[in-house]
Amino acid sequence: MNNYEYSIYIPLLPLLSFLIIGLFGKKFPGRLAGILGTLVLLAVTLFSMYVAYEYFFVNGKQGGIYQHLVPYKFNWLAFSPGLSIDMGITLDAISAMMLVVVSLVSLMVHVFSLDYMKGEPRFSVYYSFLSLFTFSMLGLVVASNIFQIYIFWELVGISSYLLIGFYYEKPSAVAAAKKAFIVTRFADLGFLIGILMLAFYAGSLDFETIMKVLRDGSSPQSIAITSASFLGFSALTWALVLVFAGGAGKSAMFPLHIWLPDAMEGPTPVSALIHAATMVVAGVYLVARLFPLFSFNNAALEVVTFIGTLSALLAAFIACTQTDIKRVLAYSTMSQIGYMMFALGVSGYGGEHGLGYTASLFHLFTHAFFKSLLFLCAGAVIHFVHSNDMKDMGRLAKWMPLTHLCFLIACLSIAGVPPFSGFFSKEEILSAAYEHHKFVYVVGVLTAGLTSFYMFRLYFSVFWNKPDKVYDHHAHTGWMMKFALVFLAGFTGVSGFVPFSTFISSDGVPFATANKWMQSLLPVALAITGIATAYFLYFRESSTPEKIAQSFGGIYRTIYRKFYIDELYLFVTRKIIFNGFGRPAAWIDKHVVDGAMNGVAKLTARFSNLIKGFQSGQLQTYVMYFFAGVAGLTLLIIYLWK
Amino acid sequence: MSASSIFFYFVSAFILAMGLLAVTSKKIFRSAIWLLFCLVGIAGLFFWMQLQFLAAVQIVVYAGGIVVLIIFSIFLTQKAGTDLPKPATRRIIFSILATLLGFALTYTIIARHPFSARDTGPLNARVNEIGSQMLGTGRDGYALPFEVVSILLLAAMIGCIVIAMKTPAINLPGREKKGEPEKLETNSMTV
Amino acid sequence: MSQIPLSHILFVSTALFFIGMYGFFTRRNMITMLMSVELILNSVNINFVAFNKYLFPQKMEGLFFALFIITIAAAEAAVAIAIIINLYRSHRSVDIEDADEMKY
Repeated sequence: MNNYEYSIYIPLLPLLSFLIIGLFGKKFPGRLAGILGTLVLLAVTLFSMYVAYEYFFVNGKQGGIYQHLVPYKFNWLAFSPGLSIDMGITLDAISAMMLVVVSLVSLMVHVFSLDYMKGEPRFSVYYSFLSLFTFSMLGLVVASNIFQIYIFWELVGISSYLLIGFYYEKPSAVAAAKKAFIVTRFADLGFLIGILMLAFYAGSLDFETIMKVLRDGSSPQSIAITSASFLGFSALTWALVLVFAGGAGKSAMFPLHIWLPDAMEGPTPVSALIHAATMVVAGVYLVARLFPLFSFNNAALEVVTFIGTLSALLAAFIACTQTDIKRVLAYSTMSQIGYMMFALGVSGYGGEHGLGYTASLFHLFTHAFFKSLLFLCAGAVIHFVHSNDMKDMGRLAKWMPLTHLCFLIACLSIAGVPPFSGFFSKEEILSAAYEHHKFVYVVGVLTAGLTSFYMFRLYFSVFWNKPDKVYDHHAHTGWMMKFALVFLAGFTGVSGFVPFSTFISSDGVPFATANKWMQSLLPVALAITGIATAYFLYFRESSTPEKIAQSFGGIYRTIYRKFYIDELYLFVTRKIIFNGFGRPAAWIDKHVVDGAMNGVAKLTARFSNLIKGFQSGQLQTYVMYFFAGVAGLTLLIIYLWK
Repeated sequence: MSASSIFFYFVSAFILAMGLLAVTSKKIFRSAIWLLFCLVGIAGLFFWMQLQFLAAVQIVVYAGGIVVLIIFSIFLTQKAGTDLPKPATRRIIFSILATLLGFALTYTIIARHPFSARDTGPLNARVNEIGSQMLGTGRDGYALPFEVVSILLLAAMIGCIVIAMKTPAINLPGREKKGEPEKLETNSMTV
Repeated sequence: MSQIPLSHILFVSTALFFIGMYGFFTRRNMITMLMSVELILNSVNINFVAFNKYLFPQKMEGLFFALFIITIAAAEAAVAIAIIINLYRSHRSVDIEDADEMKY
């Protein structure tokens, strides 16, 4: 398939722009760095769309099944004849879809930032980091080898660190960047161990080979991995759970979610790109990529489901209490990713049973657009109000009409109101849950209601609420910002109508989904209830919300404090790890290791002190030694020499 | 016990006593005088051995030259009146031990050795014999050592003058910045 | 003279030698150390002439050796005094233990 030759340019062009903008960007006049970055990304987007078009509509299917293509493969580091790290490009349904999503959202963020970051002294540095991130994320989604995914995983982590800590003069930004990096790095420990286990048993690091070998129930490797067990779980379960742990860290699942709210210290377009639409879904993408293996192992799937559900519910609760716009959106991201995770968890494999898989990726697709739209609108609002807190905002519907409209569309979408895209994807998730796991379905519906409540709480507080509020300047949202907002709003509107399951399914075989209208009634009704509640509480200024919060008292405070999870982490780290391991280790290093070296030095010094008397410069001492030598030699020669 | 034996023992005792006093006396000037007496005693010993010329040379050069030189240097270093410091007790003990050990070792070896004379006869050490052999150039002639020693004496004389010379005051580089250059005495032997 | 055995004279010279050595070890003043060295040299002189007189009376080598030793001792004492005076100028002291820098 030589039509896929272009696919190599997709990750490499952003790398090139990173290098050029990074090395020479300071000398570029005005916004040239940004324009260059945006143009490169435009090319990348066009390539991605072309590749996706070729794959989905022209020749991706063979025999009715979407193929797993590997147009490029380059043997990089061979550990042994069978085991090697290859760098390559994999094209299959999910990677083609992700290419489109990542490049489109990144393009919109580039365009938005041309106006948002105008006047920023480190403008070119910002764009070079954005290009680095785009390169890393694109490399991640097309990885053909599990180690390659790990390499790009870390690269994405670095880009995230650089971008969160972009305003490095602020200590809170620096702390947030460190926290994000450390938490995800800690999760990646599990990921690495999982990779090593899979590589050990499968004898290869390639996705294709791993899946083929381990899925086949009769192959010796598969028997080995399922029979070796540790603490009652098979090695396959451990490997998959550990790999999922890495994904959970990157996707901010409970309990590794603590970095995501703090990551909002970065510039808002960065939050839109990385922490809403692309990087945080890397965990979901990983599980989807390894889904044939996961579906083989029920224990791992149960872990995925449990964590996803818990995260979705927890985040929804916390989001109801937060007052910072970006924090609300961060928790809502965590909640929606929880949806995607448990959708994968409840999914079966093959055809109709794989509805959860398709639904999860469909939600990923729609979520990318409406979440980045939400963040970019928040960015425009913050740009105007110069504050992140909802208390400083109000009545912006009159002052920022276009932003208001886009935000409303996105909110309706996330709440699951038809005919917007969120409705379709959320319905598929809920129906997949209904089929397989009723308890998860109930929690999902409850969370949907909470979602629409807190999103509209945000909407009403920001755009209505204070009828008399006056701002002292006019909004000057640049036309590029407006363009990005409108484009994304358009996508949010139409992307729901894409017949997703004809493209993406767990085993490559397209299937048709039926719309179960009756089943959708309950969630939509709950969504409308949530909107109405928010309207009554927040449309006009009133003290009812505070009274309700007071009446919940301690529970409200616990949720407001994010369930004290951060405090728990700090306690464990400070009291247990630092005091228990760090201090003794430092003591040993200082006193035993350094002490041994110093001891050797002191011994040498003491010995040299002892014998330095031989060179005292005292003539009479010399003479005495001289005489002693002569006398000794005389005695020796006369009496002992025979 | 003839008179010469008594004389020998007396002179030997005198020499050793004076020597001991010279090395243990606390006052430096007295030490120099004890040394003088010791050297005169040695000259007496030479007289007893009928080496009159050598004894005369000993008195003239040693007692009259070197001891005087030593006394001059005592005055030059302004130590005439003060007492000498006593050395550390450890050192005295070690020195006594070393001395006694050395003496015992040496004298044991000497006493056991039978020194047998090759030929007999008195030693003829008249001055004209000494003179003619000193300046003789044949076998047993000491003309060459005589000349070498004279060059040595010349070198010693020049060396003494140069070493003990007071060099004139010079200005050290780097001190000019302070304004007035300081005058320093240096002992640079940059010959 | 022939009644005194050679070993007695050698006793004297050995004793004088070791007295001089004791003085050299013990004395702190440079000039007294020089005096001890003179004692040693004198003891060697006695040795030479004693051997000459008792063992080789026909020759005069011992005598000449002693003569030359006296000469050289004189030259050496002069140079030593000059050095002591030079050291005195830089250190303001003739104590041997003050001259222990081992440089210059």
